[in-house]
Amino acid sequence: MLGLTSRDFTLFAIVCALTLLAPIILNPFPTGSALGASFNAGYPALMQRFAIFGILVVGFNILFGLTGYLSFGHAAFLGVGSYAAVWMFKLLSYNIVPAIVLSIIVAGLFSVVIGYVSLRRSGIYFSILTLAFAQMCYALAYSVFTPLTNGETGLQVYTSDPQVLMSPGDPVVPHLFGLQMNTAEVVRVGPWTWTFEVGYYLCAIMLIAAFYLSIRIFRSPFGMMLRAIKSNQTRMNYTGLNSRPYTLAAFIISGMYAGLAGGLLAAMDPLTGAERMYWTASGEIVVMAILGGVGTLIGPVVGSGIIKYLENIVSKINENILHQWFAALPDGLENVLIGVVHPFVGEGWHLTLGLLFMVVVIFLPGGLVEGGQRVGAMFSRKSRNASGVEADAAAQNPNTPAE
Amino acid sequence: MGILEVKGVNKRFGGLQALGDVNLSVKENTVHAIIGPNGAGKSTLLNCLVGKLIPDSGSVMFDGQSVLGRKPHEINQMGISRVFQTPEIFADLTVLENVMIPCFAKRDGAFRMHAIESTRHEGDIIAQAKAILSDVSMLEKSEMIASSLSRGDKRRLEMAMCLVQEPRLLLLDEPTAGMARADTNNTIELLKEIKAKRDITMCIIEHDMHVVFSLAERITVLAQGTPLVEETPENIKGHPKVREAYLGEAQV
Ligand SMILES: Nc1ncnc2c1ncn2[C@@H]1O[C@H](COP(=O)(O)OP(=O)(O)O)[C@@H](O)[C@H]1O
Ligand SMILES: [Mg+2]
Repeated sequence: MLGLTSRDFTLFAIVCALTLLAPIILNPFPTGSALGASFNAGYPALMQRFAIFGILVVGFNILFGLTGYLSFGHAAFLGVGSYAAVWMFKLLSYNIVPAIVLSIIVAGLFSVVIGYVSLRRSGIYFSILTLAFAQMCYALAYSVFTPLTNGETGLQVYTSDPQVLMSPGDPVVPHLFGLQMNTAEVVRVGPWTWTFEVGYYLCAIMLIAAFYLSIRIFRSPFGMMLRAIKSNQTRMNYTGLNSRPYTLAAFIISGMYAGLAGGLLAAMDPLTGAERMYWTASGEIVVMAILGGVGTLIGPVVGSGIIKYLENIVSKINENILHQWFAALPDGLENVLIGVVHPFVGEGWHLTLGLLFMVVVIFLPGGLVEGGQRVGAMFSRKSRNASGVEADAAAQNPNTPAE
Repeated sequence: MGILEVKGVNKRFGGLQALGDVNLSVKENTVHAIIGPNGAGKSTLLNCLVGKLIPDSGSVMFDGQSVLGRKPHEINQMGISRVFQTPEIFADLTVLENVMIPCFAKRDGAFRMHAIESTRHEGDIIAQAKAILSDVSMLEKSEMIASSLSRGDKRRLEMAMCLVQEPRLLLLDEPTAGMARADTNNTIELLKEIKAKRDITMCIIEHDMHVVFSLAERITVLAQGTPLVEETPENIKGHPKVREAYLGEAQV
């Protein structure tokens, strides 16, 4: 269906369902309960980030996952995408369509230039070149290009801006032909509260489209060529294929994905700053991809989701909350438990992430997706003991990259 | 005029003269063997033909056009395919994908942006790939990951990848090295079949004299970077210069 194999279609349908139902799924605990206050992630600002960073890493994975070229400067494309979008708000109006279109185009142009130069080298030299370019963009945004970027203050929309397409009654927040991004429908069912926000659903639909396109690319002859480049570039060249335009095309596509993500960030909150291009932001993208599973379809979405969850939810768990949780326990035990858990939550979320990352890199080179597949394979083996051979052969059929 | 004309090619690596004034003419639709002791410069010569190395001087003409200064993929698109001394395959891909890629290269050229179509719908390409896999009797292995193949199978796979492109000139660098006797014989049969089926010129570097004498119509003996003799197989065995340079070392 939709030009996908039934396996891919199932995966795609799952992603659609999860994204569209996220406001419900991510709020599993009743509003107002202690657990709900700590763990509910179904609020629009965070869900937008899940979707936007999902798009970013899905695009990054087209480059890194398929060709093996590790870009360490992808945040630059996110950054220029955001700047382009905010400029559209300043010059035209708060309509997000021109903003997002331009953010994709500008990021695409940047990736043509950066990719053309960086792809003359491979391996670590390629990574260093992309890193250098991104840091250059970051530094220039603070200095030479202050008129374009508003330097340290960051770029935002002022009432004095031209906004030539703006008519008197138009919304003064980002909108889609009048439909404001911050419009939200709050639904209460029993003790639960769910917020369905226009902004989130825009990001969700973009993520679904981005994910669908990435499945198509993975399964296309072009995707096969990209995997061939990762596997053996010598053979590629002696087979009559010019690897350079293939890698450049992959680089540009993934740069445009990042531009889209940057444009969406600005559409959700119409301001931006150079820190979006800082090298740690690029590093975060790499970590997200590796954590989820490089070269798998769903890995990037998983990886970015987990990191954004840790960053926004686990980081907010402080000592008071821990005391609430363990209040029922005897005092001595309570203090011991809090002593054990405390370093891993709140500001210690980096420690949790670091350990998780190490475990994945060492034991699950295929990322958490590989972990999930192993668990899945274990269960299917148990349930099909009798005719296990066939099931295994099917489970291990390596024909296509894993989902 | 041969389809491949090598004239006055020299190549130095630092102080080492790897190729010294090499002249070679390979006639269309023949099997031409290049033999010579280890380090004679055979692989270096092939590298100069496919764009991996650029000779210091001399000319290499394929079908009337110079290959010098062209990139490897351009030379392949002219119709030259090469089997390497250590197999170069796409180790992470399946056997079928390994063979589909050269089919795409042949049909679509050095680059084509076909990012939305599904490979599953490339019926012609899949059929071509399966046909060649069946020729090298590897069809039942088409879903295997190439890195898990045996060494002999990797060689056969690489040969299939070259043959499926129907090159006009096929360069083979020790295609049977490391193969068991039975596999070697299969390879000889395969190359003979290919030769019988279609017009193809082969230039084969080989240590195994059994292979050379089974296949070659002309033999060039290379020693210390210079061709000593070019002869038919019948005449090469007793040739005094050949004995001196080569056969004294590897018994025929
Ligand atoms: N890239 C290189 N750099 C330096 N020396 C090389 C290189 N390639 C080959 N040689 C040297 O050139 C000589 C010829 O090598 P080669 O062509 O591989 O011989 P053959 O294939 O006939 O055994 C050898 O002495 C080898 O060490
Ligand atoms: Mg050699």
